[in-house]
Amino acid sequence: MKDNNQNANPGLVCGACCTRLENVGVSFGKNEVLKGINLHIHCGQLAAIIGPNGAGKTTLFRAILGEIPYTGTIHNELSDVKSMRKLTMGYVPQRLDFDASSPVSVLDLFSASLSSRPVWLGHSSIVKNQAIHALESVDAKHLIHARLGTLSGGQLQRVLLALALTPIPDLLLLDEPVSGVDPSGIELFYRMVSELRRTYHLAVLLISHDCAIAGRYADRMLFLNQAVLCDGKPADVLRNDIVVKTFGSIAVTDLPRTNEPSPVCDITGKEV
Amino acid sequence: MLVWTSLVSTLPFEWAQFGFMQNALLAVLIVTPLFAFLGCMVINNQMAFFSDAIGHSALTGIAIGVIVGLANPLWAMALFALLLAVGITILRRYSAASSDTVIGIVMSFTVALGIVILSRGGGFNRYSRYLIGDLLSITPAEIVMLCIVTVVFLTIWVTLFNRIFLVSINTSLARSRKIPVWITQGLFASITALIVTLSIQWVGILVINALIILPATASRNVAKSMKEYLWFSALISVIAGVSGLIASYYMSTATGATIVLFSMIFYVCSLIGGKIRGR
Repeated sequence: MKDNNQNANPGLVCGACCTRLENVGVSFGKNEVLKGINLHIHCGQLAAIIGPNGAGKTTLFRAILGEIPYTGTIHNELSDVKSMRKLTMGYVPQRLDFDASSPVSVLDLFSASLSSRPVWLGHSSIVKNQAIHALESVDAKHLIHARLGTLSGGQLQRVLLALALTPIPDLLLLDEPVSGVDPSGIELFYRMVSELRRTYHLAVLLISHDCAIAGRYADRMLFLNQAVLCDGKPADVLRNDIVVKTFGSIAVTDLPRTNEPSPVCDITGKEV
Repeated sequence: MLVWTSLVSTLPFEWAQFGFMQNALLAVLIVTPLFAFLGCMVINNQMAFFSDAIGHSALTGIAIGVIVGLANPLWAMALFALLLAVGITILRRYSAASSDTVIGIVMSFTVALGIVILSRGGGFNRYSRYLIGDLLSITPAEIVMLCIVTVVFLTIWVTLFNRIFLVSINTSLARSRKIPVWITQGLFASITALIVTLSIQWVGILVINALIILPATASRNVAKSMKEYLWFSALISVIAGVSGLIASYYMSTATGATIVLFSMIFYVCSLIGGKIRGR
């Protein structure tokens, strides 16, 4: 896997830190979903989050997006040399729960996101060009007038990715972006994300159920179950006992063990 | 107003000569596109049941108005509907129960409470006009109020539509675009509540939701984009509204319900139209 070696090139990851989570916790009522999350997410790094169902993966995203209340601190500023500015975030949801009969076209979605001109009064040509440009980058230009309900799983995910990349975000959050996509589509999607991250120097945080493929493309892997239990290179994390206990043995033979010290892992969930 | 009445009275129809029909026609032309626009987003937000519940809760609003001793319970109704809209929005956020359960409980409670208060001493019949509504009783002053409501509504619909639309698609996606999700949802629920409540005395509690939902549902069957969705819906709503009004005059029936039947015809046609358009 030459590709992986390139991905793992530490030279691609700059020191700049995009998002910092300090001791973040989320509770729904008495149910503690996340606790003691300390994370630094770096630009140019593709980090995959794995974990069992109900581990709080999507909740973590919703906290980062500021959609739900949390304890602790989440720094979402980009500290440039000159000034601090708010981070731009792109987000691709796990699945878009919408009525398939809904009369929403792909262009409607772009127009509503990018402009304040109400979509029922038509689309500006600027927005339309932006949409065409974005869709071209994910090979979906022909879908611009399609209704969302008529798109296949893979097409919809590509459209949502194009939307998340307009304008180019600092942090890209992908929540199981390939659920319901066929195998060749999955490979295509990962290659695309990996490429984009390199081109635009994005920080990418990706929730994945498919550890094997995420392991091949990610620079870093986090095993989450209420807390970050394991954090390191995919090759090491996937061989870790806690991870193996949850997912079973994953075929990681094509991932060479790194020479780095073993990943930071702790069953108690405390930061080591 | 004078221009309008003289304009309508030139129409060569019997009904066009009556002041109450001239007023009602103007009211229909103002309010039906409003209902249609609102209905489109009510359906996109999956809030059809919510708007129905708000309509029914008007009973409690009227009851509160009566207890407080208001001659016109409109303001009590509006205030109560607003509280309810905000309350349901909060419950939807924090309650583990599904939102139709929450709304169902709230609706049963408010309807029962309203009936209990209003039926004290057996006087409920006085309020039955709210159940069916009387569009023909609308006065010019009330039409002016409708115009003001329409202007406010359109302003919101132009400035905030995209936000409401994105929130209806996916809240996290909207959040990633820095849209304040809960405020937007609360605002939309409040607008819906206000418009439903203000219109109840003319349209009637029992059919108001149909007037909001049906044109949008019919349009949904044929529209391929949001622009088509809203405009088709408005067109259907206006045509059904005017036809229903005139038909109700000749058949001496309740106007609101007659309009609903015309909307229903459009709905059936839209099922066929959708097939033809290949949607």
